[in-house]
Amino acid sequence: MPKDSGIGASSKRREDVRFLTGAGNYTDDINVHGQAYVHFLRSDIAHGRIKSIDTSAAETMPGVVKVFTGKDFEGVGGMPCGWEVTDKHGAPMQEPPHPILAQGKVRHVGDPIAAVVADSLEQARDAAEAIELDIEELPAVLDMKAAAQEGATLVHDDLKNNICYDWQLGEADDAKVNEVFANAAHVTTLDLVNNRLVANPMEPRVAVAEYNRGTEDYTLYTTSQNPHVIRLLMCAFVLGLPEHKVRVVAPDVGGGFGTKIFHYAEEAFCTFAAKACGRPVKWTASRSEAFMSDAQGRDHVSTIELALDADNNFIGLRTNTYANLGAYLSTFSSSVPTWLHGTLMAGNYKTPVIQVNVKAMFTNTVPVDAYRGAGRPEATFQLERVVDKAARELGVDPIALRRQNFITQFPYDTPVALTYDTGDYNGTMDKLEVAADLAGFAARRTESEAKGKLRGLGINCYIEACGIAPSNIVGMLGARAGLYDAATVRVNATGSISVMVGAHSHGQGHETAFPQVVADMIGIDESMVEIVHGDTSKIPFGMGTYGSRSLAVCGSAMVKATEKVIEKAKKIAAHLLEASEADIELKDGQFSVAGTDKSVAWGDVTLTAYVPHNYPLEVEPGLEETAFYDPANFTFPAGAYACEVEVDPETGQVTIEKFTAADDFGNIINPMIVDGQVHGGIGQGIGQALLENCAYDENGQLLSASFMDYAMPRADDVPFYEVDHSSQTPCTHNPLGVKGCGEAGAIGSPPAVVNAVLDALNSGGKSVDHIDMPVSPSRVWAAMNS
Amino acid sequence: MYSFEFEKPSTIADAVAALGAEDAQALGGGQTLIPTLKQRLAAPSALISLSGIAEMKGVCVNDDGSVSVGGATTHATVASEAAGSYPALAALAGQIGDPAVRNRGTIGGSIANNDPAACYPAGVLGSGATIITNTREIAADDFFEGMFSTALDEGEIITSVRFPVPQAASYQKFLQPASRFALVGVYLARFADGVRVAVTGASEDGVFRWTEAEQALTKEFRPDALMDLRINPANMIGDLHGSKDYRAHLVGVMTKRAVQACV
Ligand SMILES: Cc1cc2nc3c(=O)[nH]c(=O)nc-3n(C[C@H](O)[C@H](O)[C@H](O)COP(=O)(O)OP(=O)(O)OC[C@H]3O[C@@H](n4cnc5c(N)ncnc54)[C@H](O)[C@@H]3O)c2cc1C
Repeated sequence: MPKDSGIGASSKRREDVRFLTGAGNYTDDINVHGQAYVHFLRSDIAHGRIKSIDTSAAETMPGVVKVFTGKDFEGVGGMPCGWEVTDKHGAPMQEPPHPILAQGKVRHVGDPIAAVVADSLEQARDAAEAIELDIEELPAVLDMKAAAQEGATLVHDDLKNNICYDWQLGEADDAKVNEVFANAAHVTTLDLVNNRLVANPMEPRVAVAEYNRGTEDYTLYTTSQNPHVIRLLMCAFVLGLPEHKVRVVAPDVGGGFGTKIFHYAEEAFCTFAAKACGRPVKWTASRSEAFMSDAQGRDHVSTIELALDADNNFIGLRTNTYANLGAYLSTFSSSVPTWLHGTLMAGNYKTPVIQVNVKAMFTNTVPVDAYRGAGRPEATFQLERVVDKAARELGVDPIALRRQNFITQFPYDTPVALTYDTGDYNGTMDKLEVAADLAGFAARRTESEAKGKLRGLGINCYIEACGIAPSNIVGMLGARAGLYDAATVRVNATGSISVMVGAHSHGQGHETAFPQVVADMIGIDESMVEIVHGDTSKIPFGMGTYGSRSLAVCGSAMVKATEKVIEKAKKIAAHLLEASEADIELKDGQFSVAGTDKSVAWGDVTLTAYVPHNYPLEVEPGLEETAFYDPANFTFPAGAYACEVEVDPETGQVTIEKFTAADDFGNIINPMIVDGQVHGGIGQGIGQALLENCAYDENGQLLSASFMDYAMPRADDVPFYEVDHSSQTPCTHNPLGVKGCGEAGAIGSPPAVVNAVLDALNSGGKSVDHIDMPVSPSRVWAAMNS
Repeated sequence: MYSFEFEKPSTIADAVAALGAEDAQALGGGQTLIPTLKQRLAAPSALISLSGIAEMKGVCVNDDGSVSVGGATTHATVASEAAGSYPALAALAGQIGDPAVRNRGTIGGSIANNDPAACYPAGVLGSGATIITNTREIAADDFFEGMFSTALDEGEIITSVRFPVPQAASYQKFLQPASRFALVGVYLARFADGVRVAVTGASEDGVFRWTEAEQALTKEFRPDALMDLRINPANMIGDLHGSKDYRAHLVGVMTKRAVQACV
């Protein structure tokens, strides 16, 4: 029987009422009395040396408050990078400065050069057109392999080359790796591209900042997934402000997908300018600006080699990847192609020898950083494509080949630095085979063929590391932050509860799922619990939401804090019931004395905590507890996906006919929300696989700079999904046994789609090894006719 | 956008007069022009809305059986009102953009703009329609002069378009995945005296007639009649969404499908 409330219930998302009825409060809805507007003059060339900027005409234009250029920011810091990667020779990564407004050079189309603050946005735009720029155009650095060559044009003149780091993970002894490959019965090699993506949350980025001359306090309203992180970075590294004088608020946020994790120049600019102008300053990105200033995702070029023995056991894996970082280091960009990517190369398989090589490159493109999945989709795509290719080359069943190589003993130490605590990959695959009706595939293929279509089946397995992360471990790996989280459970006198959390909900449904947990622990109605998030003046210092961490990390802190609350409440109840604390039981919101019919209700105890007349003297009044939680390990969601496509052989058009996901997320708090997260993730994965393509021309101009050319998936591009979460191996080290579900769909689906297309083409007698994403009709047709 | 004056006349004569002002520009549904203004890519002194002119709106069947569509008629109106009199044209209108676009965008705006990937230019050229302006009548064959270029003079208004109704017709649109304009669209119309085939989306010169296919199909109206015909890829558009070769290939496939839809 499905539960109707508490843990395991598909409670309806309470926040959706306000989102769907237009009652949300997004950053752009916030207008501060007397605010001015900023317009950024952005570079329209990819690479150039700034010879002069003349703002004199602009300054005299109607409505102009002040015009800023890079010069105004010489006294403050640049945008910081939160993770120092050490390269394979032990040297720290090359870390070029990232000014708020360009200094000396422009390095990508969209790089902000100057900013005009004016009474109205149109006046700011008018004045920006009057700024005279003299910029000497330089050759644009775009191709990563060429950029790595000796003598290549430098994106940053002060660096020794365009390589941020040359990093390695796994087996360091090349000879040993070579030997494994030399002795292999079969080696499968694949060159592939993980296409660059634009996250495109529905709400573009916005910042509104105000400065109070009287109190010297700043408030920044911003579209962020982690307001405390923004405050820390901006105060400590960029503007040099005392944290206690700065409040950062991230109200309702209309989607993030990673791209709203990062601290952006526009946020720091507005905060700085609010004081400099003596007026609140507001910036709202246009969609065009979002395309050229939101950190983009993926963009890897890789070669992967898989060695198998004569019995088809995986014996070695080697990858060589070029990862595009764009023109500057965005906040977490350096960690994505390394610790969030290389560590995942074992996948679900017990390959004993693995070597991962990554060169991270500076190019004259928009910075690249974490995007839903962040490094894990790139790892999964390589691995699952090469496994699929190996199965085809060897003429073996792709599921059987995977099953044969699955890790089956847990905990399992991978050769790439992780310890998987638990999992059941065969069990999950069993669920997939049933849920996807794989037995019926042959009949469905025959039906498609009768219509003149080619039908293909693509299988994919994935493992991901979520719940980032044990602070001591990530600290050793170069993180410049801890990755714990925090929650304060504040019980009100009448028994209702506000939970202040460090996690930030921007579509995930925390406002519904988190209260389910607290209400369940106490045995009260969910409606009595509400979470508060997104305001540094209200919430404890937590690290925010990304990497499918909210429930696993912040939820654990919330459980710990709730446990403390319950412990204290039991003391009060014991006093009221004149019993020993050890005998007090809490069930359905009633404290009772074990073995008796004496009880006192939750509300009576909470009222007593705040009206402590009849009260234990040794206990403090009030009922509010905070807990910080630092995880002991990552969590390891895993799954198996099946995609069925039809290909129109005349046009190359691919349609997704059936998509089935079997995931192991451990315990599940709200199955409906989990379904929704998986649906959305698969939608984005299908978008990457079939449609989305952030492309630059040879001059570094963005070709896909609007929705006219950047294809987002729409409802009719995706099928109805079949999702099965009944394979559950609870996480062994967090109190809820949860693993995280936010990114799985985006990680697991792209290889399934591409594998399916290739299966379809090969079934039609076309011998095609690989097609790069997006697998557009044009590319499919070209592959079929080459 | 830059600021501009706005006028909404109720007669063609008043609109023509208003368009006489320097840098004044006609506004149809605004589905192309307004985004252009928002990006500050155009700076008209005044926008003269045509949407208040009753005589430029609606679909009617003339005595000779031809169908006239007012220049300010929205795509949604054509999709519903021409469904009986000219179903293939109604179907074309019903495939443009999304409901919001179809309820604003107009036939006059679409063909005056002559986007190389737009649908109406194929329907107008494929039907051999006549474009009627405030000053003259222009045959479709003389109207479209290449990408974003037409025979219209400055300030000239398309007041209506007159379509001869073919025995059978079909518009086959292969979607550009991002914009959902035509990556390649083929409008085929079969008349008693011959077949017309107009292709949009494919050529660097904008909409064009595929005369080899017309001749072959006029001789023999079967999909197989196209078997040996190939479009030269040299003039095709090659971009992010499809190579020149691919577009040339799609012209053949879409034409064949249009024939299949008509037989
Ligand atoms: C999201 C989206 C999707 C779209 N998808 C498609 C699609 O799939 N297929 C397609 O064909 N189109 C598509 N369009 C374009 C749409 O059909 C527009 O309506 C059309 O291109 C312009 O018509 P309009 O009435 O909006 O003209 P406007 O934008 O108002 O004007 C366009 C130009 O025509 C001029 N003009 C307007 N009316 C007249 C007239 N009567 N006489 C002379 N000049 C005139 C204007 O001065 C201007 O130069 C799409 C547009 C959008 C925004």
